[in-house]
Amino acid sequence: MSTTAGIVAVVLTAVATVLIGMYGVRAARTTSDFYVASRTVTPWWNASAIGGEYLSAASFLGVAGLVLAYGTDMLWFPVGYTAGYLMLLVLVAAPLRRSGAYTLPDFAEARLESAAARRAASILVVTIGWLYLLPQFQAAGLTLRTVTGAPQWAGPVVVALVVLVSVLGGGMRSITFVQAFQYWLKLTALLVPVIFLLLVWTGDGRPELAAPGEPVFEEATSVEVTIDVTVEVPSRVVVVADGSPLVLEPGSHDIEAGTVLDFPAGAPIPHAESLTPMTGESWALPLTAGGDHPLYATYSLIVALFFGTMGLPHVLVRFYTNPDGRAARRTTLAVLGLLGVFYVLPGLYGALGRLYTPELLLTGRTDAVVLVLPGRLIDGVAGEALSMLVTAGAFAAFLSTSSGLTVSVAGVLSQDLLHGRVRNPVTGFRLGAFLALLVPIGLALTSPFLGIADVVGLAFAVAASSFCPLLLLGIWWRRLTWPGAVAGLLVGGGASTVAVVVTILGGPQSGWIGALLAQPAAWTMPLAFLVMIAVSLATQQHMAPGVNRTMVRLHTPEHLDLNRGDWDPEDRWRT
Amino acid sequence: MEQPVVVIVVAVVAVSLAAVLLTRLVRSRLVLGTTEDQTTYRILHTTSLASPELRAGLSAGADKAVRHLRELLATPAMALTDGDGVVTWDGVGANLHVHDVRRHAARALDGNTDVLGPPAVECNRLDCPVRHAVAAALTTDDRVAGALIAYTSARPSAGLVRAVEEVARFVSGQLELAEFDRERAKLAEAEIRALRAQISPHFIYNALGAIASYVRTDPEHARELLLEFADFTRYSFRRHGDFTTLAEELRSIERYLTLEKARFGDRLSVTLRVAPEVLPVAVPFLCLQPLVENAVRHGLEGRADPGHITIIAEDAGNEALISIDDDGVGMDPDLARSLLTGDGAGDRVGVGNVDERLRAVFGDEYGLVIETAHGAGTKVSLRVPKYRPGVHAT
Repeated sequence: MSTTAGIVAVVLTAVATVLIGMYGVRAARTTSDFYVASRTVTPWWNASAIGGEYLSAASFLGVAGLVLAYGTDMLWFPVGYTAGYLMLLVLVAAPLRRSGAYTLPDFAEARLESAAARRAASILVVTIGWLYLLPQFQAAGLTLRTVTGAPQWAGPVVVALVVLVSVLGGGMRSITFVQAFQYWLKLTALLVPVIFLLLVWTGDGRPELAAPGEPVFEEATSVEVTIDVTVEVPSRVVVVADGSPLVLEPGSHDIEAGTVLDFPAGAPIPHAESLTPMTGESWALPLTAGGDHPLYATYSLIVALFFGTMGLPHVLVRFYTNPDGRAARRTTLAVLGLLGVFYVLPGLYGALGRLYTPELLLTGRTDAVVLVLPGRLIDGVAGEALSMLVTAGAFAAFLSTSSGLTVSVAGVLSQDLLHGRVRNPVTGFRLGAFLALLVPIGLALTSPFLGIADVVGLAFAVAASSFCPLLLLGIWWRRLTWPGAVAGLLVGGGASTVAVVVTILGGPQSGWIGALLAQPAAWTMPLAFLVMIAVSLATQQHMAPGVNRTMVRLHTPEHLDLNRGDWDPEDRWRT
Repeated sequence: MEQPVVVIVVAVVAVSLAAVLLTRLVRSRLVLGTTEDQTTYRILHTTSLASPELRAGLSAGADKAVRHLRELLATPAMALTDGDGVVTWDGVGANLHVHDVRRHAARALDGNTDVLGPPAVECNRLDCPVRHAVAAALTTDDRVAGALIAYTSARPSAGLVRAVEEVARFVSGQLELAEFDRERAKLAEAEIRALRAQISPHFIYNALGAIASYVRTDPEHARELLLEFADFTRYSFRRHGDFTTLAEELRSIERYLTLEKARFGDRLSVTLRVAPEVLPVAVPFLCLQPLVENAVRHGLEGRADPGHITIIAEDAGNEALISIDDDGVGMDPDLARSLLTGDGAGDRVGVGNVDERLRAVFGDEYGLVIETAHGAGTKVSLRVPKYRPGVHAT
């Protein structure tokens, strides 16, 4: 794809996002006709908005990249991302909405009636938000580099600027419409190209996706290496490097950025150091991927994704928009449907990518498969247009998720951590937004590049080990006390954060330690539950005084007419 | 390899020890002052611990406050009673003596300080230190509210009697403040009641008049208006709940504006721009109604051409921004200021009341903001946080 087309796609997405954010509110709502108030956000709109905010770079790019590199095991990512909403639907959605809480710290305070619990929850929200923003920025860098050749730092900076402008310029006023638009844009951006890709594949006589043996270049292929990479060459191969022949002996080789390698047809593909070569059989079979304890890793991933969704700060704020608990449930159901449709697609890209863009295994940039595939398979204007579409979709993914996260993190920062230091709430929010972006950008520019979906998986692990116990026990167990909740949040959140930080900074470790650190959720989540329950039982005197009233409010459908314990001013005169 | 580790550990331990010793030394001498000073500070601190408990009133806070009060006098036991049902005891001998507290307090409850000897106080256990008692009255507004009784083993000195009286005076002061708090809360409630009752007679009269004018010409419209009116009054006079959702409040305002439009016809035009995201926000009951009423009144006042009112509710992160804007005559900014501080004449119904309620519920930074000048219209805006503990729409 030409650089211009890529830039046009990025600019169009950014401008559309900002414009809808700023003026959508007028177009949608300038009205003098009455009963505006009854026009609440319908579950359908709300679900689209949640989908738009939720489908991040990890879903749009990362899943396909992981499937390309590691095969069927990675299909747990899309399954888990979706199934998380099943947990939300069954256990959390309606009671959370009825609690009246807007953010997770709000919920902690409402349920436990404690400022300490609120503070602990705030810190965790910020941690998870930063951890989740980091891969978005890294993905933005990757995308901009892939489609326009811009330097690695350009993507994060561009996304951060657009987010900052739209957040500070009041662009989040019609956030529901912006995010809903982004969902449909993302769905279109994956759905339309994949139809053409499948047509091409059918036209090719439906070649087998996972040919037996290790992947080879089916035909003579020219690979341009854009970033320095170390590759592992499996067997002797003669290539043409920058025009001159070169013999690659088996073993590892460093390739500099800018090198162009021409491989002959049938040559086995050297894999980037970070990837393990997989034969077609092991790619297509579960639990055969590299890693020391694939079964543990898979279960841990499932736990993280199934239970982490409910703890994501930017997802829960959207539930507030529902008028009542029933609408919250209907919204969640619609989200399940929308996500289910979307998540069929990345897997297809990954599988087709194994067939048509295997050189990504050499460069190690498997996350780019969605961006590269349409241009590779379809020539001419059509290919160009489809590439623009996926680029626009990818950019929508960064923008929607990072703006949603930025608003959430900025809100928590300004309300809970900067409050009292900054008097003016508007200044406080701006400062919060700035801080919310600054830290992950710094991390994105300095930390090594990990798989996008991997880092997001880690954010899910932290959420599952901290907020999941808080929400589940808070909603379903009367005897949860604030010391118990704080202890659980600190132990679960702390343990998983440490594991995450070690993995991000120290790189993957080997053996059981490595497996436990790379996929911490399976032990940190039960640990958090245990600590929360044990400490709560030991500190029953700290049970929230209004717990019964809160429980009634959380669990009674709104249409039931009963005393929810509200203060009746007339009582004083009646008695 | 091991040697440096040992050195580092020793150094760390030494430095932290030195730091701890130094801080103790500095704090005890220089920062906290002499022993006398420290005693004073301790007493002040104990007093400050007791006052919030007492501010909750004798029946709610006595059992927690009495601990701190006993610490002040350092007696073996102390009791607080309101002379009625409430009796709290702190210190030794609770089970043996607590039934007699009311008898010991009898004279104090008449307003006198009373010193009681062993015949009246002591029990049959020889080792019980509760033998003498000093009872002092607690008064609020010249009315006896209860008694404080300090029990000692030896005959109380004149100094102790004086101290008991001083403590009783302190408690009386706090109880008076508690009374004051209660009065203020009652007043606020009464104001809401008044506000509800106040859905102004003018409006009711005018609305019924306007409806009457349609009865013959357009009976269907008249019927609709009457139903609106019925719904409007039902909402305004509802008897439960401090808070409501913004959606409910706006619905009521729409009804109100329908009725006003029936009366003013084309003279009144309204723009409502509401972000659906903020409709579930909980707001104090009837907090917008008075503002819209004012906007209608002053937006149309003294002019023949149509007046326009704009009501906007926007989503802004953790808060909702609501503004009510009219293009009417406006007013003197000083007048607006006095309305908010509550000194103004009762011209603009309820603005001060709304402001006060918003501040009371959400905190001082959430008051009303009025932007106005002569001839420039008036814009009243407010911010409402999406969540605040204890604030639930019902």
